Amino acid sequence: MQKDKILSFLFILPSLILVIIFVYIFIGWTGFISLTDWNDIFPSYNLVGFRNYLELFQNLRFQISMRNTLVFTTLFLLASLIIGFLLAIFLDQRIRGENLFRNIYLFPMAISFVVTGVVWRWILNPGTAGNPVGLNQLLDKIGLSFLKSGWYTDPKIGIKAVVIAAVWQMSGYVMAMYLAGIRSIPYELFEAAQVDGANLWQVYRYIVLPLLRPITLGAVIILGHISLKIFDLVVAMTGAGAGFSCDVPALFMYDTTFRGNHFAQGASIAIILLVMVGVLIVPYLRYSLRSEVKR
Amino acid sequence: MKLSRVLIYLVLILFAIFYLTPVYVLLITSMKSFAEVDLKRMWNPPKTISFESFVKAWFGDSKKGLRGLSQNFLNSLYLVIPATIISALLGSMNGYVLTKWKFQGANIIFPLLLFGMFIPYQSILIPLVQVLQRMKLYSTIYGLIFVHVVYGIPITTLIFRNYYSTIPTELIEAAKIDGADFLGIYRRIVLPVSMPAFAVVMIWQFTSIWNDFLFGLVVAPNPSVQPVTVALNNLAGSYFVEWNIQMAGALITALPPLLVYIFLGKYFMRGLLSGSLSGV
Repeated sequence: MQKDKILSFLFILPSLILVIIFVYIFIGWTGFISLTDWNDIFPSYNLVGFRNYLELFQNLRFQISMRNTLVFTTLFLLASLIIGFLLAIFLDQRIRGENLFRNIYLFPMAISFVVTGVVWRWILNPGTAGNPVGLNQLLDKIGLSFLKSGWYTDPKIGIKAVVIAAVWQMSGYVMAMYLAGIRSIPYELFEAAQVDGANLWQVYRYIVLPLLRPITLGAVIILGHISLKIFDLVVAMTGAGAGFSCDVPALFMYDTTFRGNHFAQGASIAIILLVMVGVLIVPYLRYSLRSEVKR
Repeated sequence: MKLSRVLIYLVLILFAIFYLTPVYVLLITSMKSFAEVDLKRMWNPPKTISFESFVKAWFGDSKKGLRGLSQNFLNSLYLVIPATIISALLGSMNGYVLTKWKFQGANIIFPLLLFGMFIPYQSILIPLVQVLQRMKLYSTIYGLIFVHVVYGIPITTLIFRNYYSTIPTELIEAAKIDGADFLGIYRRIVLPVSMPAFAVVMIWQFTSIWNDFLFGLVVAPNPSVQPVTVALNNLAGSYFVEWNIQMAGALITALPPLLVYIFLGKYFMRGLLSGSLSGV
């Protein structure tokens, strides 16, 4: 018995040690670096207090990237949730070829953000006024020229163009979550509601949507933390963009640290990013694990 | 009723077109010959199918100094296979202990491991590079394998833990009474029923490691070590590379996970939904 106890601990020990070092101690080390003056190629560990953070808050690029993240996250979440829920409801109406539709909606999830970025950069490439390419050319052809735009090259649009690609990639995932949720609702509930005279809209609005609240919450958390960390897609599709109009904190951190060699400054961006994600994730993890214990 | 059904199909088809448009663009652009590439007709299908772009994207073009993706595609394969297998094994071991051999403190260990799945990796990149340099793993395939194994632990543990909690504890207790020990139970009872979980975890890890970009970019600055996603980004980032070569490169990069999705979609779905913690 005693031997088994030791063995079971030895089983989990390698993972535990690796995660403690590579997640927790590393985060601590990054936090420490953010308080030093290591803003050069050569490491330097003189403590300077919160100077890097104070400088960061004054930094124009940082302010723009934070605002972009807010815009990106809001639009991306709203669009993905609405499209995902709509498609799930429609697919639940005993549709012919349901499997085919579902597979078409979901396949982008399997693809790398880099591939998505490369393709959408091509599609949303505006071309010139005389020689429109990509979507603009298509809009001309189908008589919707008034919808033409500069897309990601227009500083006023910037990051919002990246939202289109992100929604393309992730909304099918939300659809799959909702569809799995709808299918787990007992059929009697639908019947009972219809016997009581509820129409289809009322059934979904007052019965299905409230029952799916845990799924909505889960989707907000998952998409939310992906969205706050978004990096690959932006790098591959636009880069920081004109006037940083496509910039996000994850990209700003990468540029500052690994291109600019401002390690302490980069570390401070990383810590702010971590806090943003933590505020979203930690309460959710506590809630999920607690409700699991109750069950 | 009839009208609303037409409307439903119409919406479903419109969205299908939205999701398929990039695939159409990828296919027609990459299959055009260089003679046929004409920006004014970018939406028209090619008159004759040509694989020139794929050849260029794969082998490169030494005259233009264009690096092909072949080496990087192989790099991705070399790193994704061992990383997937090792992280799946670790996940299975952890899941077994966390569900069937709960010792004191086990309840703290799981959330501790799980949190690692959500962190922005920017918050560990600087120490990671420093430590990998000391370990002589920086800019090597082994370094990338190691990194993917470590940061794969949370998700693989989560999936195996959820799966193993469906194995009745009575079964384990009965085996203990019969004199089976820790390793015996793992080998004879738990592992034989683990295949579905291994399928889900390995497909999940294969896809996400193949699609990784950030670790490849930061941990492997040397082009000969870089995974295919980083190489694709470099290829697409150079202005002299024609669009049809870029699209061919994108298609090559997307192919392995797409094949997994097409042939093993059921398991991919399950990994996707467990990644959303809906099982917790």
